[in-house]
Parts: sequence; structure tokens; C-alpha cells
Amino acid sequence: MRSRQAPLALLLPALLGLLFLVLPLVGLLYRAPWTTLPERLTEPGILNALRLSLLTATLATAGCLVLGVPLAWLLARVTFPGRRVVRALVTVPLVLPPVVGGVALLLVFGRRGLIGEWLDSAFGITLPFTTAGVVLAEAFVAMPFLIISVEGALRGADARYEEAAATLGAGRWTTFTRVTLPLVAPGVAAGAVLCWARALGEFGATITFAGNFPGRTQTMPLAVYLALETDLEAAIVLSLLLLFVSVVVLASLRDKWISSP
Amino acid sequence: MRARWISVVLAAVTAVALTACGSDAADTATTAPTGGSSSAAGASGEITVFAAASLTGTFTQIGKDFEAANPGTTVTFSFAGSSALATQINQGAPADVFASAAPANMKTVTDAGNADGTPTVFVKNQLVIAVPKGNPKNISTLAGLAQPGVKVALCAPQVPCGAAAQKALQAANVTVTPVTQEQDVKAALSKVTLGEVDAALVYRTDAKAAASDVDGIEFPESSSAINEYPIVVVKNGPNKAGGQAFVNYVMSEPARKVLTDAGFQTP
Repeated sequence: MRSRQAPLALLLPALLGLLFLVLPLVGLLYRAPWTTLPERLTEPGILNALRLSLLTATLATAGCLVLGVPLAWLLARVTFPGRRVVRALVTVPLVLPPVVGGVALLLVFGRRGLIGEWLDSAFGITLPFTTAGVVLAEAFVAMPFLIISVEGALRGADARYEEAAATLGAGRWTTFTRVTLPLVAPGVAAGAVLCWARALGEFGATITFAGNFPGRTQTMPLAVYLALETDLEAAIVLSLLLLFVSVVVLASLRDKWISSP
Repeated sequence: MRARWISVVLAAVTAVALTACGSDAADTATTAPTGGSSSAAGASGEITVFAAASLTGTFTQIGKDFEAANPGTTVTFSFAGSSALATQINQGAPADVFASAAPANMKTVTDAGNADGTPTVFVKNQLVIAVPKGNPKNISTLAGLAQPGVKVALCAPQVPCGAAAQKALQAANVTVTPVTQEQDVKAALSKVTLGEVDAALVYRTDAKAAASDVDGIEFPESSSAINEYPIVVVKNGPNKAGGQAFVNYVMSEPARKVLTDAGFQTP
């Protein structure tokens, strides 16, 4: 029988934590220019930036799922020398200031970069200053969030189901797709949501690697930053719009994919 | 390596020269109408200076020189974009001095009633075309930026260097489609040093500071887009007397030399 009353020692810091997270949002709402809001929202460029943000964050998340889930599986299920080092390397983009991440991406995928130079001369592909460059930058910064939550889910999942599947003759691939993946689906979904949210808010790596060009690489966070240069209220409106859209998307996804047990 | 030695020697020489004229600086400070307080130089304790990012190199040097000339003072800098600094000051950040890279950002502070007195323009900066060392695309005029196959980075029109670039391009009657509109002048410059673009419009001081990687090409239309840097004492600063002394020092001859050596023009 659980006590119905939450202990004060937990409740108090929990409420303080909530307050700390929510107060800045209150500040934005308080200072928002509500009277001129409709006309500000219909200003040209805003919808472009919003569409671009949603598109690139979604593509980046898709890319992270394709590459990140297998990597998480590798880290959780396969013992190999240097696994600890690999696990640490995966978190590098978390620690790296995003602007430095953007410079690092330029050094590799830039016009004179290690791979970029070859991409340019062999295929005529240049990534900086393109929408693909935005996706790349966002994926680089957001992928660790996906990998860490999927790996955590995999390690928490009962491996005996997989062993049972193996004893029944299932190969590793079949086991992965038919047993492991359904087992950790909530973890994958949670990781994807985190990854998407991080990609949506990405600023530093994007502006450094992909630059800032309206309609092509100017995502909402970049538009917010530049609005801040001239007009605080416009920046607040843009931030609120981004927050509103992301909360709506995340809340509807949550109901659909992450059903609480 | 050699350049570093020279700068160390230069810094030492200026420091010595400054301690020599320290008494002069103190004299001028006492004769200034604002310095009505007891201490001789009017400056003591910690002075907090909010300065535009493009002043990082010069103001760090000037701050050291000022401390040497005014024993007992410590100058602390916060370098950032002028608009961010203006917002911080208007939100009550404890700054004593605000040095802005553009009159517009200074205006937001004066309009909010947070400036003590009228801002003074202490330097001007001019645009140049920054190209990779050796100028591989042979760009010599603004029209060269509009050639097909030339990738150009400009500052976004919302930031001072971008507004100046627009003015200069209009004066030259040239239309340039940049591949990117960067958030500040250093970001635009780094796109050149990294080789991602063939040219960028940056301030002369920035091109000069990166002289080992880029060439700065002067162009006549830059005279129609000169950027003025105003400086002012902040009204509610915790150390106004110190702030005033620092502003006076920035207008003094030794500080002007540091600024002009970096490529700034003095008014």
C-alpha cells in the first residue's frame, strides 16, 4: 500500500525545480507584445524559418535513428575492446560547445575539409550554406541524446527474451527486429523526441557550419538571434512560436507513441 | 613567433611610457568637471567595462595600460555583441562604461535613460574586402564580389557590419547575393580564413588582426559606410568615478595610439 501523500523532502525540491524551469517561460509570456502579435506572426520570413526548422529537425532525427539505434545496440550488446572509449566518444558533441562543433564540421565537411574537398571535386557537392548542411549540423549535436537513451533502454531491457529467441533459432538480425526493437520502443521514442527537440533548438553548430541565409539555412533559432539584434519583442514572438509549435508536436506524439504503462 | 615578441616588447614599452605620463592623466582627470571627488585621479577599485567584441584586442591592452597608470584600479571587461550588451545594461547589469560598435545600440541605452551624459565617438571603423591570402580570385573592387562563381559572406543586415555593407554596396551600385549572412563580423571573417567563401566584407581592424590568413582590400565606397564607436559612462554603474576616468583615458593620446595601430581611425 503506497502512501498517498508525497514526502515533503521530495515534493519541495520537485516544485522548486519545476518553478525554476517554468519561470523563464513566464518571463517570455509576460513581456510578449500581445496586441501586435498577429501582425508580427504574419511577417514574411517567419513561416519560412519555422518550416525550415521543422523540416531539418525531422530529417536530422530520421538520420540519427538510422545511425544511432544500431550504434546504441552495439554499445549495449556487443563486447569489444575499447567500448568504454567509444562510449565516451559518443558524448563528445554533448560536451563540445556547439560553435566549436560547427568549426569542426567545417574542417571535415567544408570546402577545404578532409572529406569536403573530395566531395566537392568528385561529385560537386558542397555542404556548408545548404539545407543539407543544417541537417548535418543538427544531427551531429542531437545524436548523442538518442544514443544515450536507446542504450539505457537496451541495458535495462531483459536480455533473456533475446536469449530465448536465439535458442528458438532466430538469428541476431531477426532477434533485433522482432524482439529487441519492440522491447525498447518506448526508449527509442523518448530518445527520438529528445533528439528532435535538441535539433529544433540548435543554434551554434548550425550558424557556424551552414551559415545564415533566409529560406535556405535560417532556422528559427537563427531568426531569433538576429531579431534580438534589433527588436527584443520580435525575438520574444519568434521564441514563443517555436516553443508553442514544439510543445504541440511533442505533446501529440507523446500520446500517440509513448503510452505510459 | 617573431610577431609575438614584438608585441610583448611594444606592450612593455607602452606600459613604461604610460607610467611616465600617469601624473598627467591624473591632472586632466581632476580638472574634468565630473571628477569632484576626493581622490586625486578619481579612479579606484574595480571598473567594469562593457565593450563591443571588435574592441577585444585593443581594450584589453588599454585596460592594462590604464591599470598601470592608475594604481589601485582593476578593469574588468565583458566583451560581446553591442546589442547584447545594450540589452544587459538596460536590464540592470552592473556596468560602469559602455563602448558600443554602433550608434544604434548606444541609442537603446540612452533612450532608456541609462547613460550618464552624452556618448562620445572615440573611433571609427571602415569596411574592407577580406580575401584569402594571395587573393586567389583576383578581387579588387566591390563589383568583383558580384562575379559568378565567387562565394561571398556578408554580415546580416540586422548587425552593424551588415548594415554598413549594404550601404557600401548601394553606393557602388552592386548587387551581391551572399551565400550566408553571418551573425557578426568575426564569423564572416572566419568563413574566409577557413576557405569556405572567397570574400567577405569585414572591418579593417578585423582584417588587420587576421593578416596572416587574409588580405584586406580597401575600396572607395567604404567612406559612405563608416561605422562610429560611441562610449559613455553608465548612469547606475557601481563605480561611476572610475568609469569616467576610464572614458577620459580612452580619449587620451596613448590609448588612441593603441586603437590606430589596430586599424581604427580616430575622429
